[in-house]
Amino acid sequence: MNYEVNKKGFYGEYGGAFIPEMLYPNVRELQHHYLTILKDNDFQQEFRKLLKDYVGRPTPLYYAKRLSDYYKTQVYLKREDLTHTGAHKINNTIGQIIIARRLGKTRIIAETGAGQHGVATATVCALMGLKCVVYMGKLDVERQAPNVLRMKMLGAEVVPVYSGNMTLKDATNEAIRDWINNPVDTHYIIGSVVGPHPYPDLVTRLQSIISEEIRWQLKEQTGNENPDYIIACVGGGSNAAGAFYHYLDNEDVKLIAVEAGGKGIDSGESAATMVTGRPGILHGCRSMLMQTDDGQIIEPYSLSAGLDYPGIGPIHSYLYKIGRAVFENATDEEALTAAYRLTRLEGIIPALESAHALAFLDKYTFKPEDVVIINLSGRGDKDMATYIKYMEEIKD
Amino acid sequence: MNRINKLFQQKQGNILSVYCTAGYPLLDSTAFIIKALAKAGADMIEIGIPFSDPMADGPVIQKSSDRALKNGMTLNLLFEQLIDLRKEVTIPLIMMGYLNPVMQFGMENFCLRCSEAGIDGVILPDLPLDLYLEEYKSVFAKYHLKFVFLISPQTAENRIRLIDKVSNGFIYMVSASSTTGVRKGFSTAQIDYFERIDNMKLRNPRLIGFGISSHDTFSVACRYAQGAIIGSAFVKALHGVGDPEEKIRKFCHRILKK
Ligand SMILES: Cc1ncc(COP(=O)(O)O)c(C=O)c1O
Repeated sequence: MNYEVNKKGFYGEYGGAFIPEMLYPNVRELQHHYLTILKDNDFQQEFRKLLKDYVGRPTPLYYAKRLSDYYKTQVYLKREDLTHTGAHKINNTIGQIIIARRLGKTRIIAETGAGQHGVATATVCALMGLKCVVYMGKLDVERQAPNVLRMKMLGAEVVPVYSGNMTLKDATNEAIRDWINNPVDTHYIIGSVVGPHPYPDLVTRLQSIISEEIRWQLKEQTGNENPDYIIACVGGGSNAAGAFYHYLDNEDVKLIAVEAGGKGIDSGESAATMVTGRPGILHGCRSMLMQTDDGQIIEPYSLSAGLDYPGIGPIHSYLYKIGRAVFENATDEEALTAAYRLTRLEGIIPALESAHALAFLDKYTFKPEDVVIINLSGRGDKDMATYIKYMEEIKD
Repeated sequence: MNRINKLFQQKQGNILSVYCTAGYPLLDSTAFIIKALAKAGADMIEIGIPFSDPMADGPVIQKSSDRALKNGMTLNLLFEQLIDLRKEVTIPLIMMGYLNPVMQFGMENFCLRCSEAGIDGVILPDLPLDLYLEEYKSVFAKYHLKFVFLISPQTAENRIRLIDKVSNGFIYMVSASSTTGVRKGFSTAQIDYFERIDNMKLRNPRLIGFGISSHDTFSVACRYAQGAIIGSAFVKALHGVGDPEEKIRKFCHRILKK
């Protein structure tokens, strides 16, 4: 099976570059150069060195003993929460900032939902001395206040977006508009495996460090590099794509992606694109999309700002279509419960996004000998206000 | 002959094309606005299909799209509203919109309904050129619709030549690297770009759009192209109280200085 994009940026029928002419030169430039740069020795050396010394990679693969006992299976956590800035997002921004510099760009723009990608972008911009503008939906500015302050302290300009639902989708529109208006000096660091080709492939490759490490770490710990399951949450799908990537060819490894079920799939308030969506075009790519019969985008809902996106990366639509990955979902409540469980059993406060992946442990009975890897995409500092609000309601 | 070709054959300069968002300001404004524009001297009209996420549009057209969607505008309804229009309006009409609503409607069905309504051309800024050539060119041709491509100041010369080669209506010259919206005047860089394109001696006529809002900007654009397209400034002019027909008449007169 082939899991790479074709020349035009398609995974099967999904992907592509559906962009107005004003963006064509920028996107074309990236399409032309990204593979050459990624494969270049100097790039790899700089990227790897920064991942090690600055980001703190490799992140541990941690055997969660008490969690394993509780679920009667073998649970390993890939600790992306321990990276600098606290989520996997920085793997991507480190890579893209080096590419941006190589392309001679002096100004960086980004969209952000939970603020993790915004923080990761502001961080690498501070590191490289580049100007940084982050677009963030007004609602997210409010619900992720600590991250807004972090971005500002890092020297980024945070622009609240008032259009649409004032969340991630709208922030992405605004970042695209900025890029249309600043085509020469600006690089757009997209935060997930979405957007026009080459972004889905570029971000997947940069995040693939996650599964690259899992392979040797699991082998070191168990003698076998292949787990039975890898579970990751999906908003746009970058942490999942990174955690799956090096296992795509190995069909013995079951891949499970968990979307945000919000208040329940049938409530009309969720961000579960695979269940409630159908193919469509948004933000420059064709993929599964939450939309009305008339093709208007439906505003998604999730308590977790990082999963609150109406689309999903084209690689995931493809994996779904061919049956290589299974797409599940977890509600706000299930995620909160799972977050508290991990916290109380292991002393790790996960990001609310990552808690959706953990929640799958409650939904499926694994065999005692199954090796189950959960990609713990981020830490929960940014979600403390939400967690505290629900403290009383979480019973066990 | 297609009305677009006929227009450019009959009129070589000072062509005024006006964009309006279907379903704005009221759900059933569209047919009325088109008729009033034609009466007031517009040479061509672009009917904007509202979309929830118009990525190439600035605040004015974004807001008009939001309003139109809240008013209940859909493609189906729009086609119903347009069906009798050709009895009264003879100037070329173009449908402009983003790809997703059109794809969900079905491209062939969309083209069929366009041709039934007497539409002459289509602008879908996020339909890539290569995909148009590979998959959709023949559908547009079958229904006698001119597909209009955009170029921007950043578009490379060889790409402009290619676009010129595959176009047979007109080329939509985006005046600056920007989203739609009202701007004061043109910079020297913009004038250089207008001149550069004018000197390319393309086989297709050109209309300059984005940021044109006054008699002055319209006149300057007309010096370097066959005409210009006005969007945001017109949508803005529809705001507020007052007789809409009068507002439209005044707007066209202000631009054309009749
Ligand atoms: C910790 C964390 N996990 C997951 C996500 C979702 O993004 P993706 O699906 O691209 O991994 C986010 C997004 O903000 C995040 O902050």
